[in-house]
Amino acid sequence: MQLQILKRTRRISFSGAVAVFVSAILLSLLFSGILLSLGGTPAVAGFSTLFKGGFGSRWALEDSVLKAIPIFLCSLGVAVAFRLKVWNIGAEGQYALGAIGATGVALAFPDWPSWAVLPLMALSAACAGGIWGLIPALLRQKMHTNEIIVTLMFNYIAVYLLQYLVLGVWRDPNSHGFAVSAAFSDAAIIGPLSDAASVHWGLVHCIVLGILLLLFFRYTRIGYEIKAAGENMNAARYAGIRVDFLVCLVMAISGGLAGWAGFVEVSATVNQLQPSMLVGYGYTAIVVAWLARLNPAGIAVTSFLLAGLRVGVESLQLDLQVPADFGDILEGSILLMVLAAGLFLEYRIVRKGRT
Amino acid sequence: MKLKRLIIALTALALAIPAASFAAKEVKVGFIYISPVGDAGYSYAHNEGRKAVEKMEGVTTSFVESVPEGPDSERVALKMARKGYDVIFGTSFGYMDPLLKVAKKFPKVAFLHCSGYKTAKNMGNYFGRIYQSRYLTGVVAGSMTKSNILGYVAAMPIPEVIRGINAFTLGAQSVNPKVQVRVVWTNSWYDPATEKEAAKSLLDVGADVLAQHQDSPGPQEAAEEAGVYSVGYNTDMKSFAPKAHLTSAVWNWAPYYTKVVKEVQDGTWKPESVWLGMETGVVDISPYGDMVPEAVRKNVDNLKGQIIDGSLKVFTGPIFDQQGKEMVPVGQVAPDDQLLNMNWFVKGVTGTLK
Repeated sequence: MQLQILKRTRRISFSGAVAVFVSAILLSLLFSGILLSLGGTPAVAGFSTLFKGGFGSRWALEDSVLKAIPIFLCSLGVAVAFRLKVWNIGAEGQYALGAIGATGVALAFPDWPSWAVLPLMALSAACAGGIWGLIPALLRQKMHTNEIIVTLMFNYIAVYLLQYLVLGVWRDPNSHGFAVSAAFSDAAIIGPLSDAASVHWGLVHCIVLGILLLLFFRYTRIGYEIKAAGENMNAARYAGIRVDFLVCLVMAISGGLAGWAGFVEVSATVNQLQPSMLVGYGYTAIVVAWLARLNPAGIAVTSFLLAGLRVGVESLQLDLQVPADFGDILEGSILLMVLAAGLFLEYRIVRKGRT
Repeated sequence: MKLKRLIIALTALALAIPAASFAAKEVKVGFIYISPVGDAGYSYAHNEGRKAVEKMEGVTTSFVESVPEGPDSERVALKMARKGYDVIFGTSFGYMDPLLKVAKKFPKVAFLHCSGYKTAKNMGNYFGRIYQSRYLTGVVAGSMTKSNILGYVAAMPIPEVIRGINAFTLGAQSVNPKVQVRVVWTNSWYDPATEKEAAKSLLDVGADVLAQHQDSPGPQEAAEEAGVYSVGYNTDMKSFAPKAHLTSAVWNWAPYYTKVVKEVQDGTWKPESVWLGMETGVVDISPYGDMVPEAVRKNVDNLKGQIIDGSLKVFTGPIFDQQGKEMVPVGQVAPDDQLLNMNWFVKGVTGTLK
């Protein structure tokens, strides 16, 4: 029997797509379940602990939402650039710049009330991140550099810039020499939604920014141009679309959103600038954007699920003493299977001779 | 019916008697680590301490490894507190503020933070005077070097690390005034490849003993490959460099961790700030390599005895900084506050604080 891969002539139905994804996830669970039992942990108990830890209680859900917020914002940004097929790998650095921008404002105006200092922090963070995205875009359009390399390198510059600041001018004199800035004033901290909740107002930022972006792509001319130029940049240029402008615009928006993520994280959860706040959300964002096929709603769901997975793995460690590395293996296998399953969305496999 | 009543009565009786009169109070102890426990380094040493606690009667322990500082550590601590853990140890500096936040929400849970300086009603902090071990390893290195250049692969320019480099240098100088310590920074606590490369750069400038303030055995391996000597850190790193390894500055957390957990069981625990010296056994040096001659061993053992009985203080003046400025006057001992905020190198260290 010979198999043949054929391109689908019609789009796969929604239920078909769901079936493909669900089976991909089930396959990766099967694979990691086998690993888990080889390591001496019953797979069923393991996955139930994982699920409960990530999604199984109000606390777990809150923890997962909190963890998802910076991933979502970074990923939203990355997806904007990817729509135009501009490969922004620099969300991590733009996120760092956002945190730096927000911190600069918070430290400069410790006496300001919330209504003044928080918007200024957001603006400063978005501008700092946006500029960090804009520079590689300008280099690409003016000097034909490769944005993948430049944005990646800019991540390192951003990390060292952050370290330089907290080891130097912004180092808290009371920190016994450790590399952290002074703590923000209470006014510069994004508070929780209510006294009983641990989820902060950053969630509302996510929803508003997500909807704005959705509207931008659906109802504005520039949004349409980005989608069109993403399909074929040369054709778009021929049609009179200002491609140079669009590349700069998407990179600025992309960086701005990652910068906003840096603002939310540094203000709401860390409350001070420190190098250890860079834990790779900018890179996770790329994976999330890709898995969600650049769709904002999909990004919301995917970043939440991935965050829940990471939160759940901690319970797995705590309750069943599974090593931390298992989380990476599980994550990796899910990503691999889901990306591989993407093939079945575009193609179908049939026996030779049939169509 | 009678039987049922009897059972109820017995149950009530059993509940009325405090559990403590039968056995030690049941406590759950959680540990939060910055790196994987299998790294033979910093977290490995803490985990050995946890294993000693696990063996105590009425105690169960667990841990979460590779927890980044910041929000992730706060969540892990919260998770432990919600799951009914009675004692939570956070073993990295950056866990300080997250632990403090969680401590405020869970006043009945005992929080202990390693290497920080903030305390609360239910949060204490602790660390060890590893610089005492560093001094002794410096004596060994200073005795063994032929090129009079010692290399030091260091993580971050913060007081803890600077203090260790200074103590190591003072120890080496005590037996070899010509000795020079070359420092290279990796800006990372745990990065095996970078640490090894940094170690190689020290070999290029002529160092023939490599010491480290890093969590991986990378520098040890570099020394072994180059055929020079090495001084390890955190745990006995002999197995990574059997021909190179002179000794290691090591942590031994078991005595302190078991003591704290016992106090919590007995209800006598009070939060405090402690900086544990060699006399507590928390800091030590590992057994010497075969190449260390008898005379050196005797000298170092003797100095170790003096540190333990308090007659030798590592930072005793005169101590000068790199520019020759007197930082500790003759005959005086640097106070702890000066040690905790140390941001200058002693004379004899080649390197910058950047």
